[in-house]
Amino acid sequence: MTHSTPEAAQAQLEAHLREIIHWHFSPETGSPFWLNWAAKAGWDPRSEVHTVADLQKFPHFQDEWLRDLQPEVWVPKAFAGRPFNIFETGGTTGMPKQRIGWEDYKTDYSEFSEKISDEHFPRNHFWLMMGPTGPRRLRLAIEHLANVRGSSCYFIDLDPRWVKRLISNKQFDQAKAYMDHVVDQAANILKHRKVSGLFTTPKLLEALAERVDIWDAGIRGVFCGGTTMLPQYVRFIVEEVLENRIGFYPTYGNTLMGLAASVPLTPEDQYSITYYAPQPRAILRVVDSENTAKTVDYDAWGRVELTTLTKEFFMPRFLERDEAIRRKPRGQYAWDGVAEVRPFGAMQKNIVEGVY
Amino acid sequence: MDSLPHLPALRRGKPYESLEKTDVLDHSTGKVVAQVSQVNAGILKKDLQRIGEARAALRKFTVAELVEISSKAGEFFLNGTLPLGDRGHTQSADDYVRTLSGTSGLPHVMVRRNMAKIHYALTHVQTVLNGLTRGLPFDVIDRGYGEQSGAAVSYYPTTQALGLVMPSNSPAVNSLWLPAVALKTPVVIKPGREEPWTPYRLIQAFIAAGAPAEAFGFYPTDHEGAGEVMRICGRALIFGDANTVAQYRDNPKFSVHGPGFSKILIGEDAIDQWPQYIDLMVASISDNGGRSCVNASAVVVPRFGREIAEALAQKLGAMAPLRSDDEGAKLSGFANPKMADYIDGAIEEGLKTPGAEDVTARHRSGGRKVIFEGGTFLQPTIVHCDSFSHPLANREFLCPYASVVEVPEAEMLSVIGPSLVVTAVTKDPAFTSQLLDSPLIERLNLGPISTMKISWDQPHEGNMFEFLYRRRSIERAE
Repeated sequence: MTHSTPEAAQAQLEAHLREIIHWHFSPETGSPFWLNWAAKAGWDPRSEVHTVADLQKFPHFQDEWLRDLQPEVWVPKAFAGRPFNIFETGGTTGMPKQRIGWEDYKTDYSEFSEKISDEHFPRNHFWLMMGPTGPRRLRLAIEHLANVRGSSCYFIDLDPRWVKRLISNKQFDQAKAYMDHVVDQAANILKHRKVSGLFTTPKLLEALAERVDIWDAGIRGVFCGGTTMLPQYVRFIVEEVLENRIGFYPTYGNTLMGLAASVPLTPEDQYSITYYAPQPRAILRVVDSENTAKTVDYDAWGRVELTTLTKEFFMPRFLERDEAIRRKPRGQYAWDGVAEVRPFGAMQKNIVEGVY
Repeated sequence: MDSLPHLPALRRGKPYESLEKTDVLDHSTGKVVAQVSQVNAGILKKDLQRIGEARAALRKFTVAELVEISSKAGEFFLNGTLPLGDRGHTQSADDYVRTLSGTSGLPHVMVRRNMAKIHYALTHVQTVLNGLTRGLPFDVIDRGYGEQSGAAVSYYPTTQALGLVMPSNSPAVNSLWLPAVALKTPVVIKPGREEPWTPYRLIQAFIAAGAPAEAFGFYPTDHEGAGEVMRICGRALIFGDANTVAQYRDNPKFSVHGPGFSKILIGEDAIDQWPQYIDLMVASISDNGGRSCVNASAVVVPRFGREIAEALAQKLGAMAPLRSDDEGAKLSGFANPKMADYIDGAIEEGLKTPGAEDVTARHRSGGRKVIFEGGTFLQPTIVHCDSFSHPLANREFLCPYASVVEVPEAEMLSVIGPSLVVTAVTKDPAFTSQLLDSPLIERLNLGPISTMKISWDQPHEGNMFEFLYRRRSIERAE
């Protein structure tokens, strides 16, 4: 969705916000969790939340709620009786965060389809996804994206939880062997099948390109996500792995938000990628980690805060485990962007990202 | 011209400016003196896929021509004004001395001594190769086969490139890789974070002397990148601590350079004359700021241990930090003050075990760790240990440090452990014979010779020729 001005985008966002708040906090449509929450909180968001600024009245969403509670507490009454997908987040061990859903992923990825070119992802062809499938939303989302473009998709799974465990235990040989195993399978598919579009993580892309000439293998577009991509690394991918001739679409996203697309890089960007949330369905803010009510200045670093606003899922002010640079609205995106996303505290400590 | 020099990566000789750069800082003022482009491991992997081109560029030259180029490079390195980075800067020899001194903490006089060593190594590559190959005619390497002492010989290269993960502590360690160029082996260098200067200047000197630029890779990179240098290059030199040495020692791909644990042993027949050898001990412990693996880190004697420790402490205790341009400067500052903290802490921790005394503490002014004109220094430390099993008896630190331990001569060789250099002051034939038989000693100095003395025609830490070439059996039909 495009907006000509930030004001128009803001107005559209706030109208959507009011609709979503009304939906989740009305007994006729809302979920057990939010109705109970409002009853205990002693205030009615429907009468007090009208603007994005009013979202500050909510505390930060607690990720334990997605771990500890049964998934059915999140079912809006309007969806009652409809089986739902249960999606799990990233690569941690222990009980994962779970988000339920029905159509959101299709909405996100149908919209994203409009942002990738037919030159790089020819319609009515074949895709390959090499990355975390399993219980992740991404698995169905990529297949949907291929499907809406008339294409079908091959899948090679990578279990990021296992990779993280191997790296945490310093079993680097095992981690490498597992990565080789994943890349072997992808190379095999590329050798024997016609594939033009690829979704993978940056590290797996690099490893695959060491094994296979991916241009000669038919790949014309790469859609990437999953880990930190600092400018020099992006440049390396664009110039040396994709050799400036394969389309590169970095994205930032997760099961809780959906998909934040990046704007096409220009020379002035110096390979610094800026992502824009799929507003109005999600809002990304870059906040002061010491005072999260405060949004940092443009071009300053801060912690990423996510608010998800769909009829299927409401999640206010969730503090991601990421930090980023706040960027100004740009191009088709009339709202703030987040750039150079990396794990929160990455400058202070080593964080296991592995291949995911 | 931009005022701050920028050292690009050199990808088979071609400059590459990365979007990620690190600052190189003056060790005393903290001022940024240069920026260095950092590359990721993927770039190394990409480039090393085409390393055969670098080798082909060197193969166009004969060994004799490359020896000549090395010699000219030695002159350029010692005296020349050479390109410094990609922003129009140049570096004279004096600039190099000042800059390296500023960022490493080595006094000018020590940088010059290191320069002289490197210059000697480059201008004597012929001698070095003769020593390493035991007189193999160079055309055998050019052609791949030939004759030596009437026998057919053939040698083949073991690798397309020599990987180097360099330390920051002492510029002269670069002399170890210099023969590789004449042996037609491209080098892939990951410089030490605080010492990019010497490898960069050496590369520029080689290029100025006529060597093909594509034979040189200069890749400032992270831990992962260093791992790729070691993994992909068929042969690599690694510098590290005892753990690193233990990890790679038995792998023929690697030539591992760790702590030397070099020692001075005095035999029963010479111990009564110990005062004569105090200056030898002082020089062996403290030359080059005590930073070399060939610095003595233990003095093992049958008697007079306490007296010797006291005499050494008196002499070394007088050594204090001086300005870096003082010709009398003997101590080196630390580019990374945390390293000084670590060493100071490790010695203090060791002293908690009964049976050791920091004898220098009574003779020096101030503590072991001192701040002088903004730089961090460690003053010399002599620890008297009552047994070689004391945790401080066989340690090596990046400063003038040595233990003095009494051990009966008959037990010395069973307790000293692996030692890069042993200077044994003895004329006793039986003890000499035991020393010559010992597999624990890499280089043996018989008589009062500083542990710091290096013979370039004899390998003291692995043989570069045997590392880079392997002999095969050959027969040719007439």
